Amino acid sequence: LSATPAIPKEDGRPQWDNKFQYILSCIGFAVGLGNVWRFPYLCQIHGGGAFLIPYFIALLFEGIPLLHLELALGQCLRKGSLGAWNTISPYLGGVGIGSWIVSVLVSLYYNTVLTWVMWYFINSFQEPLPWSVCPLNENRTGFNEECYESTAVNYFWYRKTLNITPDIAESGTLQWWLILCLATCWAIVYLCTIRGIETTGKAIYVTAIFPYLVLTIFLIQGLTLPGATDGLIYLFTPNLNTLKNPRVWLDAATQVFFSLSLAFGGLIAFASYNPTKNDCEKDAVTVAIVNSLTSLYASIPVFSVLGFKATTAYWDCLDRNIINIINEFDLPEESIMRQNYTSWISYLNSSYPEKIAGLKLKSCDLQEFLDQSVSGTGLAFIVFTQAIILMPGSQAWAILFFIMLFSLGLSSMFGNIEGVFTPLLELRIIPKSAPKELLSGIICLISFLIALCFTLDSGSYWIDIFDRYAGSVPLLVIAFFEVTGVVYIYKIKRFSKDVEKMTGRKLNLYWQITWRFISPLLLLIVFMAFVTLQLQKPPSYTAWNPKYEGFPMKEEKVYPPWVQAICVLLAAFPCICVPLVALFHLVKQKCRSKDPSSVPPQVFSCQGANS
Amino acid sequence: YAWDANEEYLFKAMVAFAMRRYSSKSTTQISNVLLCNVTDRVSFWFVVTDSSKNVTTVPGSEVEAAIRMNRNRINSAFLLSDKTLQFLKITSTLSPPVEPSTPVWLIVFGVVLCLVVAGIIFLVVSGIQKHKKKNKDSTERENLEEKVEVTLENGIPCEALDLKAGHINGVFAADDERFTSL
Repeated sequence: LSATPAIPKEDGRPQWDNKFQYILSCIGFAVGLGNVWRFPYLCQIHGGGAFLIPYFIALLFEGIPLLHLELALGQCLRKGSLGAWNTISPYLGGVGIGSWIVSVLVSLYYNTVLTWVMWYFINSFQEPLPWSVCPLNENRTGFNEECYESTAVNYFWYRKTLNITPDIAESGTLQWWLILCLATCWAIVYLCTIRGIETTGKAIYVTAIFPYLVLTIFLIQGLTLPGATDGLIYLFTPNLNTLKNPRVWLDAATQVFFSLSLAFGGLIAFASYNPTKNDCEKDAVTVAIVNSLTSLYASIPVFSVLGFKATTAYWDCLDRNIINIINEFDLPEESIMRQNYTSWISYLNSSYPEKIAGLKLKSCDLQEFLDQSVSGTGLAFIVFTQAIILMPGSQAWAILFFIMLFSLGLSSMFGNIEGVFTPLLELRIIPKSAPKELLSGIICLISFLIALCFTLDSGSYWIDIFDRYAGSVPLLVIAFFEVTGVVYIYKIKRFSKDVEKMTGRKLNLYWQITWRFISPLLLLIVFMAFVTLQLQKPPSYTAWNPKYEGFPMKEEKVYPPWVQAICVLLAAFPCICVPLVALFHLVKQKCRSKDPSSVPPQVFSCQGANS
Repeated sequence: YAWDANEEYLFKAMVAFAMRRYSSKSTTQISNVLLCNVTDRVSFWFVVTDSSKNVTTVPGSEVEAAIRMNRNRINSAFLLSDKTLQFLKITSTLSPPVEPSTPVWLIVFGVVLCLVVAGIIFLVVSGIQKHKKKNKDSTERENLEEKVEVTLENGIPCEALDLKAGHINGVFAADDERFTSL
């Protein structure tokens, strides 16, 4: 009768199935939409290949150290962000609360971006693609005016998808098609995060690896397109003069920081499910390098396609001018081709200047088309969709592209949701007997209901606000307090010993120097530069207004005061938590020190409790 | 194909045909259509005369309307399209894109949603089943442990033994006299 009961996990905490799942989850969290639509744009406007220099310096002194810190912290303390920071020191509990709030805010708007991606995805199954043709006007003699003045792609994005209002103060109504897509997106997120890392660990195999496959396919296809080489040369030609502009260094630092998804608490949550004896140092370096290489790898197809698009636009411009000239001068067809266009133009200009002036020809310059740089949603939903129409077999390319964007975004959402879910699980908000599925269901349902505001007509303006204010400044502040908290309050000697116990080697000089001095200093400089830049001019946005004189250019508007107040609130609220909680505990400590029966706070170290 | 006198003849015939269909007068002849200013890149002016009245030209609006009505036939005769065969000042009536009764995107959306909901239901149900099984397993184990907790001493449960002061073994105790007294 030797009934040996099964040995339970030491503390009942779920674990990763294998190391690869953990690394893949961290990579998936870090690699997101920004790698595809922000990094290539920054490369382009900041001197091509030269941008890589400040980028790698920032990675070395800011990205990798902070990443290692977070992973080591999570692995050592085996708790989510709230519990971890409370354990390090009660005065630093605000850091955990701050990063939890930021995770919530970012999850809300990030999934709405995925809603747009899903909308485009389900519209890609039509022939012809709905963003390739303009709808007709009422009497069927021409195209819809708004569509005709801008382009069909712009019309589909601004009118058919967003149904955007000309001003942020005009909220408009909820768009039912976006609500359907939003519900689907949150259902998918719920499906994948239903049991925490048990389910995301399986889903990540698909969502983290699939984008690389699609990027490779686009790479091969992109390189065969005409004009691709022009785009690539334009992207990568280094222009070292741009390095003199401090803005370039700031952009590199912020790109590294935001791209690695630091200070969200998600990385701490991921690492907390690791066994204690795990080499977090190697993991951190691996994740950071893979993230950067992915950014570089994604730039190549993006810029091949952009070069192709610029070349096609250039050829269209030339063709239109050629038709006008041929009509005007009654020349035989095919007498003027693209190749001899410039010689013809100079000849005609010298012989008949008035006629040429009367034609009002647009000047066609390839550089000008290449210079039209776009980042963010504009790149994916306007520029890229336009390029896809021009490719043969557009439906397949569109479907592939949007599934890739969806996977990229979804794997980042897993990290965000984990940053919200794990601390709540530890707080025991729901009774222990209730299943985990209930908590994740509640989180997804509440987030869906709040995110309905983003499906209003003015929703995309609000998403821009959230992106600029909630997802930027608070992260810098929280990261700064993370580093200084661990180094100066928890004391780096203690932390070094903990890391040594976990990795089996002593912390070398690089980590000591960066953690102690370089990273906090760099974060402080970046934060101050960032805030100074924002405060230089009143916060403004560009609105899509069909009644604007300069239409199809977007109208520059200033935020009304109540919106500005919301911006400040979004940025300040997570940051305020840090000093507030510290103050609260200080006051509590003062009250307690007057009480003789007070117990001094427990000294904690990683080797001890695993509760 | 090259533009020659035969093609011009065909064009005149098409215009005459259009005029006949439009005004339902069968009096327009090919000779009523006059071309002028023909250039090499194939562009020309044309007028339609009315032979019933005294060699006057048919008003332009009538000709425009006739051509607009039969544009498709004229294009097909020359194997061209609205873009390649241009009538200046006649805007073409555009046909709207074909739209199926249910928008395609709704169908795709329905498919995606069904898959996701099926997945969620499957996971929730399997979670509940695992929970029940774990509960059943843990109650079974509790029963097992209860039996095991009864400690055994040489095969006899301890409670049955009277462990107060030990037992006197009757075999040895009976023979008091055998021991030598000190």
